[in-house]
Amino acid sequence: MDTQHQQSALKAAKVLMVGAGGIGCELLKTLALSGFEDIHIIDMDTIEVSNLNRQFLFRRSHVGQSKAKVARDAVLRFRPHINIRSYHANVKNPEFDADFFKQFDVILNGLDNLDARRHVNRLCLAADVPLVESGTTGFLGQVTVHVKGKTECYECQTKPAPKTYPVCTITSTPTKFVHCIVWAKDLLFAKLFGDKNQDNDLNVRSNNSASSSKETEDVFERAEDEDIEQYGRKIYDHVFGYNIETALSNEETWKNRRRPRPIYSKEVLPESLTQQNGSSQNSSVTDGDSMISVMPSLGLKNPQELWGLTQNSLVFIEALKLFFAKRKKEIGHLTFDKDDQLAVEFVTAAANIRAESFGIPLHSLFEAKGIAGNIVHAVATTNAIVAGLIVIEAIKVLKKDVDKYRMTYCLEHPSRKLLLMPVQPFEPNPSCYVCSKTPLVLEINTQKSKLRDLVDKIVKAKLGMNLPLIMHGASLLYEVGDDLDDIMVANYNANLEKHLSELPSPVVNGSILTVEDLQQELSCKINIKHREEFDEEKEPEGMVLSGWTQSPATNGESASTSNNENAIDATDSSSGPEIVTKKRRLSETKPENHKKEAENVESEEDDDLVEIENPMMVSKKKKRVE
Amino acid sequence: MDGEELTEQETALYDRQIRVWGPNAQRRLTKSHILVSGIKGTVAEFCKNIVLAGVGSVTLMDDRLVNEEALNANFLIPPDENAYTGKTVAEICCDSLRDFNPMVHVSVEKGDLSTFGAEFFEKFDVVVIGYGTRVIKKSVNEQCRKLSKRVAFYTVDCRDSCGEIFVDLQNYKYTKKKLEETVECELNYPSFQEAISVPWKPIPRRTAKLYFAMREVFEESEGRKHGECSLLDRAKVLEIKKKLCEANSVSESHIPDNLLERLITGHTEFPPACAIVGGILAQEVIKAVSGKGDPLKNFFYFDAQDGKGVMEDISDSFTS
Repeated sequence: MDTQHQQSALKAAKVLMVGAGGIGCELLKTLALSGFEDIHIIDMDTIEVSNLNRQFLFRRSHVGQSKAKVARDAVLRFRPHINIRSYHANVKNPEFDADFFKQFDVILNGLDNLDARRHVNRLCLAADVPLVESGTTGFLGQVTVHVKGKTECYECQTKPAPKTYPVCTITSTPTKFVHCIVWAKDLLFAKLFGDKNQDNDLNVRSNNSASSSKETEDVFERAEDEDIEQYGRKIYDHVFGYNIETALSNEETWKNRRRPRPIYSKEVLPESLTQQNGSSQNSSVTDGDSMISVMPSLGLKNPQELWGLTQNSLVFIEALKLFFAKRKKEIGHLTFDKDDQLAVEFVTAAANIRAESFGIPLHSLFEAKGIAGNIVHAVATTNAIVAGLIVIEAIKVLKKDVDKYRMTYCLEHPSRKLLLMPVQPFEPNPSCYVCSKTPLVLEINTQKSKLRDLVDKIVKAKLGMNLPLIMHGASLLYEVGDDLDDIMVANYNANLEKHLSELPSPVVNGSILTVEDLQQELSCKINIKHREEFDEEKEPEGMVLSGWTQSPATNGESASTSNNENAIDATDSSSGPEIVTKKRRLSETKPENHKKEAENVESEEDDDLVEIENPMMVSKKKKRVE
Repeated sequence: MDGEELTEQETALYDRQIRVWGPNAQRRLTKSHILVSGIKGTVAEFCKNIVLAGVGSVTLMDDRLVNEEALNANFLIPPDENAYTGKTVAEICCDSLRDFNPMVHVSVEKGDLSTFGAEFFEKFDVVVIGYGTRVIKKSVNEQCRKLSKRVAFYTVDCRDSCGEIFVDLQNYKYTKKKLEETVECELNYPSFQEAISVPWKPIPRRTAKLYFAMREVFEESEGRKHGECSLLDRAKVLEIKKKLCEANSVSESHIPDNLLERLITGHTEFPPACAIVGGILAQEVIKAVSGKGDPLKNFFYFDAQDGKGVMEDISDSFTS
């Protein structure tokens, strides 16, 4: 065998690992053991306690330190003579450009978010360096190989978009606990503790929408000398009592739905809470803001315990009081953070009270935290297995063993006896806007949409561009960069606020825009199609990009449109059948059911934090829809 | 049902995995005792995984003195001669593993596995044999089977870029969720001896070649220390192959010669295969201890050449 030969090839190879988390720790260890001697590793994160159950290179004493650096030091202890270089930085930083990527023989991703994955994919294409991509969720995992011109790129297939819910499901007709969480976190928490100037759909719109918004706005304003507990009760009664009553008055809404029950604080709480108040003052502030908690003072210890309505109501009021008592300075600019204990307690309580009102089963703080923080399930074993698979593919890539490249899926339940299922990689998708430069089509109202909408909702959010530049013919409409002079910046800022049709070079039906990201070295064309009307529920962005993602029009088919929820499920499943059938393999066809299984796994996001809200649920739903 | 709750510290540390298997499974894990004998690359991976998962205790057995060879694929041994000279593999690995998770009790047991009686094995919920002769595997398996409590028994073997896991859970009952309801399941496992002496003829042709190849390699390597096979034995292995194939009346083409060659010449473990097989083994032990999920029955094979990780159920059910 050519083991000797292989060893010297690994020794000479220079590899870049992106991510030193769950997969990264395992990967760095396996690379070092396998004989790789020149490894560079980028990770912007620092170590947290909840990493320690699987990121085995880290110890409790490392909490707060750079993952990349600590991982490097730990591996050098058992392989002292190899070269590992760590970068405690964001891979999207401009210094990691295509030239930087070109120095490596292969890039290995162990990332936790879609955004960074897409960014690395583009740089790999620009630098023409092969990419081995990976992800895990619980017992599921996958490893794929992306080599320019030979296999599909990471973006040849549509990735599931971050899950969103129709506004009215959240504000008026929740049917699942997650809807209550989104309400508590994105509306109530944001309204009370976040930026007051932001748009917020917290108040239900009653049919006689003349009801002055001025009046309701005032409810959330706390008067100078208002007692905090009184204020808390006022908020409680407004959002759980008054708002529900208002919603109930819209008879039409409740024809085919269970009617919610308004809940007022006086029904569930004693007249005065001063006693709890006293004790909570004493026992709280010890370890800094993120550790402040109302649980000890209320005698609540176990985060997995289910609280009743009264307990949730107490937590709600006490948490609100504590925010004003201990963290007053932050009010007005807080955003929800899963590591902020008090915020998690408040959101759990608020979501549970709302759930009670709507007859939805309540959840523990532990579960609520998982949903609110988009925490993805993670175990060490899957990460170890995936890391092993990455190294096997990396070795094939170094040997240029194209015929042997595989994408491999780790399954929880065996499919045809297989727990690890290798599949031939797909060919590049000829209509991929990233690797094959196919133009995109954007339907948009060119008279009503501003350039800013296009930049934020399409160029950044959908196309994942970091430093975009937009041109219409020879005219430069927008650009980001450090080297722009003030006049240009002012010009571009002015353009942002203009409607497309009013730009210096008017963008109208039939216009072709060129959108580029110089760092990613990606350029694509967008054909503009003017359209007057958009469906508020189905197309909340007021524009539809195709050639990039599912077109909402075809989604409706698989869903019964009796209520909003089904529409959501359909959105999740849309990366399913149509796209699968379009794809071609390099050779050899696998049985259909494998293909589907594989699709399901591939939609999984990864290790720590992701945008999609619960990948496991998504894939289950998908199966049912199919 | 399992008594005391998880501590706050445990909940914080195990947060992400409790979200996978739930607090009850985690409680059962923290009360389980695992015996591991023979620590090479794959078993080192396995130990890391179960220590991170938070089992109650891990008892390590491997009296080899640490040398260059023991370092291969084993990240639990720092390559510092001053630190490891005079120490056994188990002792060095114990130090590293304790460091991974202070909440797990890791200790070393000295002596020859084959001399221990049933009362020794009774202390454990899981016994894993990393390497050892067929005779030892068989006798430990029988000791475990004699006990009134169920001790889950595993063997694992990696050669070149191939790996094999064997599982004996005896009579195993567990629950699983099917759609919305919970269903009771029951599996009956053959013993190690039964599983390796199933007549070949009735075994379906599509069964992993590794099952047969591993049996032959064991036939040849009997009485030798692990890894002492070499290409010189090729002729001998091929002879055994001929004999076994004839005895089982299957064609010799059933077992590719180059696969046998890889198995007998692969002196060193292939680290990515260790990570994969050690990961699957840990997952199986976690399933068996926690009673959650379909356990493997009763062989698992991985070969990096085709990339497949396949389960094989090999018992005399083929004949009945």
